[in-house]
Amino acid sequence: METKTTESSQELSQSAAKEAPVAAEDGRWKQVNRTMRLNGHSQHALIETLHTVQETFGYLEMDALKYVAEKLRLPLSLVYGVATFYHFFSLKPAGEHTCVVCMGTACYIAGVPAILDGIKEKYGVTPGETTADGKISLLVARCIGSCGLAPAGVFDGDVAGKLKPDAVFEKLGRWVA
Amino acid sequence: MNLEDILEIAKVEKEKASQFKHSILVCVAAGCVSCQSLQVKDALVREVKSRGLEAEIQVKGVGCLGLCAVAPLMVIEPGGVMYQGVKPEDAKDIVDAIGNIPVKRLECDSQSPFFKRQEKIVLENCGVIDPERIEEYIAVGGYQGLYKALRAGAPNKVTEEITKSGLRGRGGGGFPTGLKWQAVAKAENPTKYVICNADEGDPGAFMDRSVLESDPHRVIEGMVIAGYAVGAQIGYVYIRAEYPLAIKRLKIAIQQAERNGMLGNQIFSTPFSFSIKIRLGAGAFVCGEETALIASIEGRRGMPRPRPPFPAEYGLWGYPTLINNVETFANIPPIVAKGGDWFAGIGTEKSKGTKVFALAGRINNCGLIEVPMGTKLRDIVFDIGGGIPDGKKFKAVQTGGPSGGCIPEQHLDMSVDYESLAAVGSIMGSGGMIVMDETSCMVDVAKFFIEFMMSESCGKCVPCRVGTAQIYTILCKITEGNGEVGHLEQLEELGDLVKNASLCGLGMTAPNPALSTLKYFRHEYMEHIHKKTCSAGVCRMNKQKEVKHA
Repeated sequence: METKTTESSQELSQSAAKEAPVAAEDGRWKQVNRTMRLNGHSQHALIETLHTVQETFGYLEMDALKYVAEKLRLPLSLVYGVATFYHFFSLKPAGEHTCVVCMGTACYIAGVPAILDGIKEKYGVTPGETTADGKISLLVARCIGSCGLAPAGVFDGDVAGKLKPDAVFEKLGRWVA
Repeated sequence: MNLEDILEIAKVEKEKASQFKHSILVCVAAGCVSCQSLQVKDALVREVKSRGLEAEIQVKGVGCLGLCAVAPLMVIEPGGVMYQGVKPEDAKDIVDAIGNIPVKRLECDSQSPFFKRQEKIVLENCGVIDPERIEEYIAVGGYQGLYKALRAGAPNKVTEEITKSGLRGRGGGGFPTGLKWQAVAKAENPTKYVICNADEGDPGAFMDRSVLESDPHRVIEGMVIAGYAVGAQIGYVYIRAEYPLAIKRLKIAIQQAERNGMLGNQIFSTPFSFSIKIRLGAGAFVCGEETALIASIEGRRGMPRPRPPFPAEYGLWGYPTLINNVETFANIPPIVAKGGDWFAGIGTEKSKGTKVFALAGRINNCGLIEVPMGTKLRDIVFDIGGGIPDGKKFKAVQTGGPSGGCIPEQHLDMSVDYESLAAVGSIMGSGGMIVMDETSCMVDVAKFFIEFMMSESCGKCVPCRVGTAQIYTILCKITEGNGEVGHLEQLEELGDLVKNASLCGLGMTAPNPALSTLKYFRHEYMEHIHKKTCSAGVCRMNKQKEVKHA
């Protein structure tokens, strides 16, 4: 992993990083810079840094990937590869509200497919999509570990268990309204 | 910090606890928190305060009480009265009933087989101590195992004790922990690492999450002991980003341990130093595989590499590395404190100790349980689990997550240990147990798991990347009513190929759900192919085809 960078390319990337347009004005970048600094700008800290970007910006925008690549002296292709490899990272902005439906085994056999079908029918979104008006993002999780309460979901960060299809539709309906 | 200091902290803490006449213990693990247990706790605190009983009644949050199906749960000590499905409005009645007759409508039978049939080692402090306070962990004997290991035994003595205990890896593989430690200890390199695998990716499993949320110090203590035994200085906990509460509690626990001198430089005034860092996973099932996990900690895509060299020789950044699962580390402190022989006395001949299982699916008592190895599967499902709800008929129990298999009714009387599970085509896995009844279609379940494996395959080796996709395509055809004679043979052939030719554990076990359902539920596949019907009513068959064929 430890790719040796020549001095000149190091200088080049450092000057590029200094000129990164957004770094100074936007407070959110401070968080990102802080994570990189705490890890000594090590290339190993790529995933940690992407976590911070996602936390502060909500998703990984292209400019952010470029910025991180420059700062950590990594090829953009590698950064992009990592960002797309892991399910947790999203390269698209999320909607105003997010609805995560758990698709773990327990939830699956407890009737999640019916809930997803219903959401698709009523709101026209399939997992991974955001409604056209940007109100609701629908996601599926690979198991949120609330199997005792299957089927479970996360609505804007709040975990809810023993979901009933009608209650889910009603909740989403309130978001759209 | 020395032994007297620890005992002093324990003494002060016990004295403090004994001042209260009653304690209300509210579960604040993730399952109960999602059922508003924090609001219940606040309501109880307010209620106790409004009556001026703060000096008599203590309200505290504790880890998982086990029976997640009827969350939120709470216990009143002394007496052990348990309440289920509590709401903030119930606070008044609950405080009224303390010392009197318990509130009937909320009572949960704490003498039921679910609680009585369990034997707890890993979960002994779950539901007893406040996971966010190190003093409570010390008061129940915590960190004394570490002290004993550091002050009384040479590193190889600790490893010997672990070998003697017969502990095997709880992450799924079942590799003897003592042997792994020996291999890392033998490696000649001054820099070594210890990694705790908390990337619990199996859908339907929540054991590691519950342990970290309920008793994080136990895992830390286990890691420090491991670090001492193998000669490592730095530990990493690789934990799923999907577990925010577990991450928060682990961070608090690490800070407290550092402040009290159980982590950091010169632990317990010995030359041994050890620190622990947290690395967040980012949602990739393959990262449970040790070489993929190492790649992920190094900031790369989580792709496995061929072994050997094993991480014990060439691990994190090329240094010798010990990787164990959360539950394995949680077993270490009691083994060191009570001795390997004590641990070896529990369980079966080849599988020692206890195992934590997450019971879920179509079963009455969903939740977290711990039973000795060798317990009968039937006892777990029908006695502890309370059987199938709504009078439905049991069909299968799925163990080991997507890498495991489905065990049918005729094997229910088998004992649960590493060898027996392997003999029926499943695996121990990390400990998820999903019960299915007659409303589940086994072909559909196999399709669900293969779809999971297909999307989680990292794509590095061809058998896994292409093989899982082909199996999925065939299963789709069968469940859509387009199955043909000969598909089953193709499935078996493909499964065999993927199993034997894949690079890592993910591929080697990926066809298990399909193969085990083919073995035990072949009639369901036949029904889908020949009659184009799904008797469980799950698959939507292409009716037109049926007419054509008939």
